[in-house]
Parts: sequence; structure tokens; C-alpha cells
Amino acid sequence: MEFQGYRRKTGKVGIRNHVLVFPTVVCSSEVARMISEKVPGSVYAIHGGGCGHVGEDKEQVIRTMLGICSHGNVASVLLVANGCEAIPPETLIPDLEKMGQPYDVVSVQEDGGTPGCVEKGVKIVQKMVEEAGKLKREAIPLSELILGCECGGSDAFSGLTANPSLGIAADKLIADGGTAIFSETTEMLGCEKILARRAVDDKVAQDIYDAIANAEKTAMSGGVDIRGTQPSPGNIKGGLSSIEEKSLGCIRKGGNTTIMQVVKYAEHPVRKGLIIMDATAADVMNDTGLLAAGCHVIVFTTGRGTPVGANIAPVLKVSTNSVLYNKMTPNMDVNAGVIVDGEGTLETVGQEIFDKVVACANGEMSKAEALGHREFDIHFRMII
Amino acid sequence: MKPKAILIDTKDNVATAFQDLSKGDTVTVSLEGREATATLVQDIPFGHKFALSPIGMHEPVIKYGEPIGLATQAIDAGQHVHVHNMESQKGRGDK
Repeated sequence: MEFQGYRRKTGKVGIRNHVLVFPTVVCSSEVARMISEKVPGSVYAIHGGGCGHVGEDKEQVIRTMLGICSHGNVASVLLVANGCEAIPPETLIPDLEKMGQPYDVVSVQEDGGTPGCVEKGVKIVQKMVEEAGKLKREAIPLSELILGCECGGSDAFSGLTANPSLGIAADKLIADGGTAIFSETTEMLGCEKILARRAVDDKVAQDIYDAIANAEKTAMSGGVDIRGTQPSPGNIKGGLSSIEEKSLGCIRKGGNTTIMQVVKYAEHPVRKGLIIMDATAADVMNDTGLLAAGCHVIVFTTGRGTPVGANIAPVLKVSTNSVLYNKMTPNMDVNAGVIVDGEGTLETVGQEIFDKVVACANGEMSKAEALGHREFDIHFRMII
Repeated sequence: MKPKAILIDTKDNVATAFQDLSKGDTVTVSLEGREATATLVQDIPFGHKFALSPIGMHEPVIKYGEPIGLATQAIDAGQHVHVHNMESQKGRGDK
């Protein structure tokens, strides 16, 4: 099966053709926004990173910035520097050059403060948008598509309707040779053995054990033992009997196939098939990590409701129940609540999600895009 | 018609109630060609599980195609399956 997408000089493929205005630091975020808002057809990011990072955290922020700036959905990028940040454009440029990603740079300190920088940036971005407009979609095999699987604002139906349906869609994409990434390591607690049994080899099995043990350790370093609350008294009242059951309801959103690789936050997988990204469960930070890891589109299941999208990719929302769907129809792309209503099954909703993903890859807008949702947030642990 | 319960994986030995169900109700669930029927021997609240077939003591309770814990006593088909008759295999350093 094929979709109509963009093939980039970087070797990546895209399903959107964005020109991205990207601040290298929180200090130049507003300038980036001002530039982008003056040029229709461009998108921007606002984030709190770029300075004060150390060690692994710094590597993670750089990896995220590079993954976003060189994303297949991004035709070209304007880096907006302040000028004295810890992660200046010079940190990113060698990799962008090596990959062949078109870029340019403006600096608040060097280009005349806010007005001068905005003026210079607008001219560059106008040209970038013009250039991007010349690119045409072409047929690309579905095996090159990467799907991000996310859940947030979960409810009692999440593990029964939307997540298993999304899992069926992920299985279908992987059967076509494609890739799906699921994440949120804290929600895998109790499923170590189950996931490790599905690993392609011993190394991946060990990576799964390590990632989950580490999530447990991180949680306990805050002075709490998350196992004591998993499942919570409310979960038990709702019918969940063990942490395995609760976690299985979460991980089912990735489907049932062999786990090919465990990657870090914002790390590109080198294998196709089902991938675990070892990362935070915070929704927008997780979405940003999934995109930086190469996901072209995210499917996001929700029981309580959430409006979030992303600046460079479609985020498709799947409601777990019809009450939410009726309350937030403008935000919801698929309603898995039909399974409870007797108007659908896991298989029919799974097929509907899969069809939506392919339609989105072909250019159809997600509700989040149409509504103007552009959420973005880089995960890091501390700033010093 | 609104389904009374859902079967998530063909390997499961429990189903989950989609509405409050009453003792004596006969519930049929199906998925990918597998069909299972149980007559409830007690009330099952929405979101809670009941056994589709007998589960022996210390045998796994299967949902999502995987063990979610072990039965702490023999469980009959149609019986409520929850923390009173099954337990997690995780976090039991005392065992």
C-alpha cells in the first residue's frame, strides 16, 4: 500500500510540508513566533529549553531539536538564536548540513534586536515558503510511515475500547511494513516480563527490563513508591484488579507485534516494526519526543478529553466513550465509544483509525490541525 | 444492541462488563471468530470482570491475552473476578 507524501533530500519522507521557525532557546521564542505569524504557511515552536542544560539532559534537548528541525514533515527550518545560549545554532548546524536539511539562521543579538531580527527572518521565511510550495507529493510505500501511539486523560474505557482499537491499527501498519512507536514507560510497570517475551532478541528484552526498572527508580527518588498506588483505590473500585491489568490496557495501544527496539526520548529507531520509546508520560512532552524520533502522525486516545495537537504533524484524537465524543466532537477524529454502544467493534474502529492515518498521510487535516493546535514541549529534567 | 460485555483478546478467560449486569444474566461475547457465553452467578458492576470458563486455584487470569494475576481460589464460570479471588504477580517480595 502507498500514500502520497514528500520525499526529502535528507532521505526522510514527510506527510506535511512545513517551514519551521525554531528558537534555539526560550529567550528567542517570542521572536520566532513574531516571524512565523507574519508569514502564512510557516509554523513555529515555543519551548523552555536551550540554556542551562547539563549532561544527558543537554544531549536529550539537542537530540530533540535536531529531530524536529530535520523532520520529514519539515521542508526547511529557520533557527532563531538569541546569541549567548548553551545550545546555539552552531551546535545544530553540522548535523543539519550532514543530513542535507535546508536551514538558515537569524540572531536577536546580531541582527538588530527584535525588529531587525523579525524583519530579516520574515524575508528568509517568505523565500522558504515559496520554495517549499514547489515540492509535489509522490507515491511512497506505507512501509516508510511512522505512527506514534499516545494515550492521555484516560478513563475506564481507555483499556477496553480506544487503546485496543489503536493497537489493531498499529498491527495493520506494521503488517504493511511500517513502524509504530509507543511510549510512557511508567505505564509499563508490571508488564516487564510480558513485554520482554515479545522482544525480538535478548538485547531488546534487557533494554525493556532496564527502562522499566529505571522508571520505577526515578519515581521512587521522589520519595514515593508508585507500586503502592497502582492500581489506585479508584482503579480497584472501577474494576481493575492488578497493576498488570492496568498497564496492559495502556500498552495495548501499541498492538500485539514483536518489539524490535527500545529507543531513548527523541531517538530515531534504526529498525522498522513496533518500537518502545523510553520516555515520560506527560502528554505534550511525549508527543514532541515521538515526533523528534521520526513519527509522522500521532494517534492520541483520550477518555476525559484533551485538545492538544502538534506544530509539525497531525495528531488524531480517538475518544474512548460517546459521552466525551458528544461533548468534544470538534476535537475528536474517531469515536471508539461506538464499541460500547453496539455500533462498532474493536476491528471496525481499528480499521477506521488505520484509514484515518492513511488519509492524514495523504494530506487530510486532523481536527487538531484544523483548529490551530500547535502544542510543543521538550522534556528535560532540570535547568541549572 | 448495546453489548453487555467485551472480550479484548481471543485467549482471554475473562470478559469485562460494559454495563451493570445482574445475577442470572446470560452474556455472550465474541471476537475474531471466538464466541463465549457465561451465565452470571452474581451481579457484575460496569468495568468489572467475570470468568468465561472455570479458573483453577493458582491458575492465571488472562486478559489482553496475558496473565494479569493468579486466582487465589477456584473460580467458576460467571463468577466475579477481582482482588478478592485473584492477585497480582508483581511486587510480592514476601512470596
